[in-house]
Amino acid sequence: MATMVNLQINNIAVSVPEGTNVLDAAATANVRIPKLCYHPDLPAWAACGICVVKIEGSNKLARSCALPVAEGMKVITHDPELQEVRRTVIELILSTHPNSCLTCPRNGTCELQTLAADFGIRDQPYEQIIRDIPADTSTPSIVLNPEKCVACGRCVAVCQGVQDVWALEFIGRGDETRMAPAGDILLGDSPCIKCGQCSAHCPVGAIFEKDDTRVLYDAVLDERKHTVVQIAPAVRVALGEAFGMEPGSIVTGKIYAALRRLGFDTIFDTNFGADLTIMEEGTEFVRRFVEGKGALPLITTCCPSWVDYMEKYYPDMIPHFSTAKSPQMMLAAMTKTYYAKQIKTDPSDIFMASVMPCTSKKYEIVRDENMYSSGCQDIDASITTRELARMIKQAGIDFETLPDETVDEALGIYTGAGTIFGATGGVMEAALRTAYYLVTGVDLPGVEFEAIRGLEGIKRATIDIEGAEVRVAVAHNMLNTKIILEEVKSALAAGKEPRTTS
Amino acid sequence: MTPDDVISALKTSKLRGRGGAGFPTWMKWNFTKEATGTAKYVVCNADEGDPGAYMDRSVLEGDPHSVLESMAICGRTIGAAQGYIYIRAEYPLAISRLERAIAQAGDMGLLGKDILGSGFDFEIELRLGAGAFVCGEETALLASIEGERGMPRPRPPFPSVKGLWGRPTVINNVETWANVPVIITRGAEWFANIGTEDSTGTKVFALTGRIENSGLVEVPMGTSLRDIVFNIGGGIPNGKAFKAVQTGGPSGGVITADHLDTPIDYTPLQELGSIMGSGGMIVMDETDCIVDIAKFYLEFTVEESCGKCAPCRIGGRKLYNILTGTTKGTGTQEDIEKMRTIGSAMQKASLCGLGQTAPNPILSPLRYFRPEYDAHINDKLCPAGVCKDLIRFEILTDKCIGCGVCARKCPVGCISGERREPHEIDQSQCIKCGECFEVCKFDAVLRA
Repeated sequence: MATMVNLQINNIAVSVPEGTNVLDAAATANVRIPKLCYHPDLPAWAACGICVVKIEGSNKLARSCALPVAEGMKVITHDPELQEVRRTVIELILSTHPNSCLTCPRNGTCELQTLAADFGIRDQPYEQIIRDIPADTSTPSIVLNPEKCVACGRCVAVCQGVQDVWALEFIGRGDETRMAPAGDILLGDSPCIKCGQCSAHCPVGAIFEKDDTRVLYDAVLDERKHTVVQIAPAVRVALGEAFGMEPGSIVTGKIYAALRRLGFDTIFDTNFGADLTIMEEGTEFVRRFVEGKGALPLITTCCPSWVDYMEKYYPDMIPHFSTAKSPQMMLAAMTKTYYAKQIKTDPSDIFMASVMPCTSKKYEIVRDENMYSSGCQDIDASITTRELARMIKQAGIDFETLPDETVDEALGIYTGAGTIFGATGGVMEAALRTAYYLVTGVDLPGVEFEAIRGLEGIKRATIDIEGAEVRVAVAHNMLNTKIILEEVKSALAAGKEPRTTS
Repeated sequence: MTPDDVISALKTSKLRGRGGAGFPTWMKWNFTKEATGTAKYVVCNADEGDPGAYMDRSVLEGDPHSVLESMAICGRTIGAAQGYIYIRAEYPLAISRLERAIAQAGDMGLLGKDILGSGFDFEIELRLGAGAFVCGEETALLASIEGERGMPRPRPPFPSVKGLWGRPTVINNVETWANVPVIITRGAEWFANIGTEDSTGTKVFALTGRIENSGLVEVPMGTSLRDIVFNIGGGIPNGKAFKAVQTGGPSGGVITADHLDTPIDYTPLQELGSIMGSGGMIVMDETDCIVDIAKFYLEFTVEESCGKCAPCRIGGRKLYNILTGTTKGTGTQEDIEKMRTIGSAMQKASLCGLGQTAPNPILSPLRYFRPEYDAHINDKLCPAGVCKDLIRFEILTDKCIGCGVCARKCPVGCISGERREPHEIDQSQCIKCGECFEVCKFDAVLRA
């Protein structure tokens, strides 16, 4: 139990755990302090100057995001002076930001736009100076638009501090300061792993995912193409939110229906690919674990960014990595080979699209030559949940009232193992269950390993397969991955772990 | 002396930080002494960056041992074994003398392991700054030592509790350090008797600008500005009239003739809208334009802003651009209000001292020299004749004797005329350098 600290927010007494910042403490008194650079996922960077508050006994304003609470502290969060300072700072930031909200990918979800609206800013008193630097479109996934950067520092914090990738950095000084790949090179030439965490944290439209919806429209309209689409496990729980449904609503049947109405000829589910991946990985693990063929520990992921990270930062660990493709790519390869034969169509006449939870999958489809196993590009375009939501809206489909439909046969059916892929640790769990079955011939007792599911960074578990101890670890985000990899490396170097078993 | 004795001596001496803020030194040391944690650090801020100021450089070049001794005293007091001197790379002589002094002290057993057989270990290393003014701000300086980009961090936590590499750290300015050994050797009471009740000891100023004797001046705290400018400094050269003195470098404000009897002290200067700062003191006479001077300082702070926080990064640029407009004759009265609004937001919402004080060279003169701003804005005139877009040179035909000196001096050759006949300036070619005005012995060139 954390020590509680008592303080006053606008004369309202609150009690919060030690270490809480004033901004979060204010929230417990139903007070929302405006902010731009602060993000709850990240350490306070204290840059924007909007969340300033008054602390009794201090003649200086303090940034509430970066100020830890103290016993007896008395905070004023709103008064005319503070409002005036915040308004001026917002006006200053707006004077360096283009007025192109209507055509901005963040229109409607932009935090700066919301601030301007909340503060009722109706004119721009200060001379507009917009940075004239072209957008960086060098990766298949992410676009950097320096013109819109407000230098909040979130992308740098997440890229360096959370993902440990160090692709993005502050460059320039004074009003030339902006976020860019270190050395001001193109993002595509940087160590970027296309994880998209920068775009997910950008408060404005300075970093956003590439939009590939136009490619899908073109394919659907092309009568010579047989269009196939697959949806990832995570999409079915995320899409509903875009239509005002409860976060987490499972809308699988509605998505199938919507995709059909958008004009796709065949609808598959990535879960089938997940089943294939799991059979491959489970078998591979058994070969390495029981037969001693291949390096241990076996590392698995379906995340192309993770693969990119490992190749860039841990190339010596590549032998430990599973050789199985991700479900998206397995299903695509099957579609353009096995399914193409079934429907007697040349793979080049099949257009394969995927709907994925993340920008990284846009990069995976052109990652290397293995992504062309059918003789042509196995997946022609990958879109995110957000892009699909926009397509559904553009097509005038009333998503909420759609009837549930079913997935197409042939590569559409799937088991329960694939569905849990959507959760961190899900792949590991499915692989273990498969491996257990392959070794013992019976199902693993108990259905889920709660100990290794979830989003709390690193989880570990030990299971017993016919007297042999199998230790597993699951990591969420790259920095935690690094911790596990370092642990594995030092254990291997110390000879504590055999590279293979026999 | 025990560590407690040292703290108590500093307390009695009432020594305050010479870097500009004037925080009581004993409190800083005591916070760090009381802070828990095994590793603690001692840091000397030698990143002197104010334009025209070189007090710290002279100490480091002249008496580097005073700083080393002081840091070792601090190390023993607070329980630190490692010190860093962060010095700008543009001070090569100071660096080489510091390096030599560190080696000498090591040879004599005054630094290193088991100093003077006391069992106390203390090492000092140099860290060279790459010339960013903001690295003189203590949190940015610490970030720079850590190998990070030199950008300030929010305080609290203050370095005394969470400083270098997150450890309790005492960070003082060179001049502050140099004061400690004399306090220890000659006694805290002796030191406290110099200066004023509130501010003890002496302060070094770099006196420059329109002054007869420019250079470094060390005076007891509380000495009046009049004393410094007119007695020690010898007054204004060439019989010109005193206009103002800027204290605190680019972070300070102007002190006018009406306030020349103000004692040099932290609080009185603040009340006048300026600051003590680290000791820059620039004297202006009637030929200096207050708007132009402000523009010079803003250009400096805009250039030196680290770019982290929005108020400083954007506000400074806006202020500079508005000032530029004012000196070019495109300013409006509305601009004055805009400068006040932006300046106020910068003072209140900037993260560090650089941004918080950057508007001072505008806001302070607006209090005392508003008519000069108004002349630029309303009459499109620069009373001091500095802002080139607002001045014009003409030759008075009734005074010109046609000697031709101006025509020969004119760097662009835009003055013409027959010998012994009145000359004429081609206004379309004139670059307003003022050379003709300076060389004419017959007052025949008019500056308007």
